[in-house]
Amino acid sequence: MRTALPSSPLQRLRRELFSSPLDGLISIGLIGFLLAVAIALVKWALFQAQWAVLQANSTLFAVGRYPLEQQWRLWLLTTLLVGATGLSWGLLRGLPRLDRVDQLWPRNDRIAVAVVLALAVLAPLFLKLSLAIQLRWWLEAALLVATRWAAGRWALRIPPPARRLVPLIWPLLYFAGMVLISGGLGLIQVSPSEWGGLLLTLVESSFAILLCFPLGILLALGRRSELPLLRWSSVVYIEFIRGAPLITLLFLGQNILGFLLPGGLAPDRVWRAAWVLTFFAAAYVAEAVRAGLASLPKGQLEAARSLGLPLPQALIHVVLPQALRVALPATVGQFISLLQDTTLLSLIGLLDLLGTARTVMANPAFLGRNAEVYLVLALLFWCGCAALGLGSRALETRLNPTANPAR
Amino acid sequence: MPLLRRLAASLPLMVSLALVGCASDGGGGIQSQKLATIKARGKLICGVDGKLPGFSFVGSDGQYTGLDADVCKATAAALFGDPSKVDYRDLNSSERFAALASGEVDLLSRNTTETLSRDAAGGNGLSFAPTTFYDGQGVMTPNASGVKALKDLAGKPICVESGTTTELNLADRMRELKAAYTPLKFQTGDQTYAAYLQGRCVAVTSDRSQLAAKRTSFPDPAGHTLLPEVLSKEPLTPATTNADPAWADAVRWTIYALMQAEELGITQANIDAKLAEAKANPNQADLRRFLGVEGEFGKQLGLPADFVVKAVKATGNYGEIFERNVGMGSKLKLERGSNRQWKEGGLIYSPPFR
Repeated sequence: MRTALPSSPLQRLRRELFSSPLDGLISIGLIGFLLAVAIALVKWALFQAQWAVLQANSTLFAVGRYPLEQQWRLWLLTTLLVGATGLSWGLLRGLPRLDRVDQLWPRNDRIAVAVVLALAVLAPLFLKLSLAIQLRWWLEAALLVATRWAAGRWALRIPPPARRLVPLIWPLLYFAGMVLISGGLGLIQVSPSEWGGLLLTLVESSFAILLCFPLGILLALGRRSELPLLRWSSVVYIEFIRGAPLITLLFLGQNILGFLLPGGLAPDRVWRAAWVLTFFAAAYVAEAVRAGLASLPKGQLEAARSLGLPLPQALIHVVLPQALRVALPATVGQFISLLQDTTLLSLIGLLDLLGTARTVMANPAFLGRNAEVYLVLALLFWCGCAALGLGSRALETRLNPTANPAR
Repeated sequence: MPLLRRLAASLPLMVSLALVGCASDGGGGIQSQKLATIKARGKLICGVDGKLPGFSFVGSDGQYTGLDADVCKATAAALFGDPSKVDYRDLNSSERFAALASGEVDLLSRNTTETLSRDAAGGNGLSFAPTTFYDGQGVMTPNASGVKALKDLAGKPICVESGTTTELNLADRMRELKAAYTPLKFQTGDQTYAAYLQGRCVAVTSDRSQLAAKRTSFPDPAGHTLLPEVLSKEPLTPATTNADPAWADAVRWTIYALMQAEELGITQANIDAKLAEAKANPNQADLRRFLGVEGEFGKQLGLPADFVVKAVKATGNYGEIFERNVGMGSKLKLERGSNRQWKEGGLIYSPPFR
């Protein structure tokens, strides 16, 4: 902890930036450099960049070639997701851990709400969306804030048994979402080859993230198992996957399956890629989890066993909760790189965000508009990765066993 | 579950395959596993590049557009009467032949140069359809430079990407012309074009279609011209596999039909009038056979009788496809050049529909 000197903002500025002549020189140089970059960027964005490439293709970037008359399904899914997010967010704040003091509306949450509202107003204006679609985004933003407010306000009134069921809405929603996206149960099938843009990137990365985690845990346990066959097959698998670049595995998945299974029987290439991503990430998650397991003293498992717990229970109730908490930052780091790895799908011909960008840049109407497209793409990926990072840090804080960890 | 569903879904296909296999021995029908598979599936799976200006890309409306994509659409229209019955697969250059060989795609319409080793059974074993675009290495110069032909470049600097066949072709041709020149070599395409735009050289060389695509992103596209000379042969040609000659024939003659339609002056706009004319006039035997009013052309190929009508209606004739996607009606503004009809001195030539 730094000792806080009482000071006005001006004094603080002076102390932090200009405490010695050399400091002052460095500060002035850096400020000048940053200003020059910012001015050049703003000048470019306002006067040189042609944002029509994004305005005309916003639907393509969002959902790819998803048929227009079926897009209501995606709106419904977005609404459900927004509602569930608001609900979970409100409940997390309304029901803090019993050993913690927590505000209902901490400063971060107020900032988040302001950012969401600002985005809902500004993004449609920037993208020149039609009024109908603009209106929908405003309603989605309002829904998010409303459910967040309501869930926070009335969290304590929900009876405890019902509270336990709330997290279940997420797996349910995931299955419902997959059905809404791909069809079935009375909905028209939309072939995965028509998914694209942000939709495809999110489907692929969420699928891989959700499945690689349990798979990684099993592999990590397998690697530490006392059964030689299980141990060695886990080791071989992990080391094989970690020794091969993802792009070669993706190509293998696309090409080999086509030869092994007769035409039409192989799973669609979107799912082939999703499975390859899953198997790839699982090997890395396994190593993160193994590090977590290795950090636990042997006594933990021995104590649990000597209390009479069978091995699976000892693992589930004693070992894994502690190991996973240790492994969390590394695991989320793996999820973040998985999200970025989805851009490799454009190399095997899928229209993920980068693939969509590349096909849009090949449209003769928008040739040469690469800077605009790549800048927005980078921003989108940064937002996704930042969200994962923020979420993981919040989770770390919540799982931290000490009563009031220093923020 | 999905596997089970897939198996269940493919059952009718297998049954129909078996039926077709038995039935086709008897009558005058043709034997083609691939045609039967495609018809049972109800969709043509077409391999395209997907990221090539003028040839195939996804337009803002979510539709595949371009010359290569139009070949897919015309074939689907010939098969099903509906150009939208296409599943597009974006393929990169390393996986395109594998995708065709494994049956992942029915038709490869992906700016592929026809060569011996790709055609030969001992090579890639492809079966090439008629060439839809005669590309080749070209040279672009600013109008202001006053260069009208390759020999005018003697003694002048030319920008070229180093380590490419383009560089070698240029050197060969200039040596033939006995014209000394200064090659300015760059590692990447972007550097090459940037140097050209800065005026460090009076010409830049690459494939003609690429030069035209790059030109659209110049500040002043109209200020640059492609020289008439073509330095190399790059016949871009749709392909199927050797495994199914009947299917290859169906594709081949669908593309010939587009070329023949242009030769006969049949366009997307007047196809209905031409059809009515053919129906009303029993004397026009050639036209009647071409449009499927009489004769068995469609049946012999395993296609509907009116496949020509459907294909032309979907995409227009070859000339219309060219102009719309890469020609003067597009931003690429390529001259027809070698891609003119044979009667006008080009290489586009359909054998007779007889």
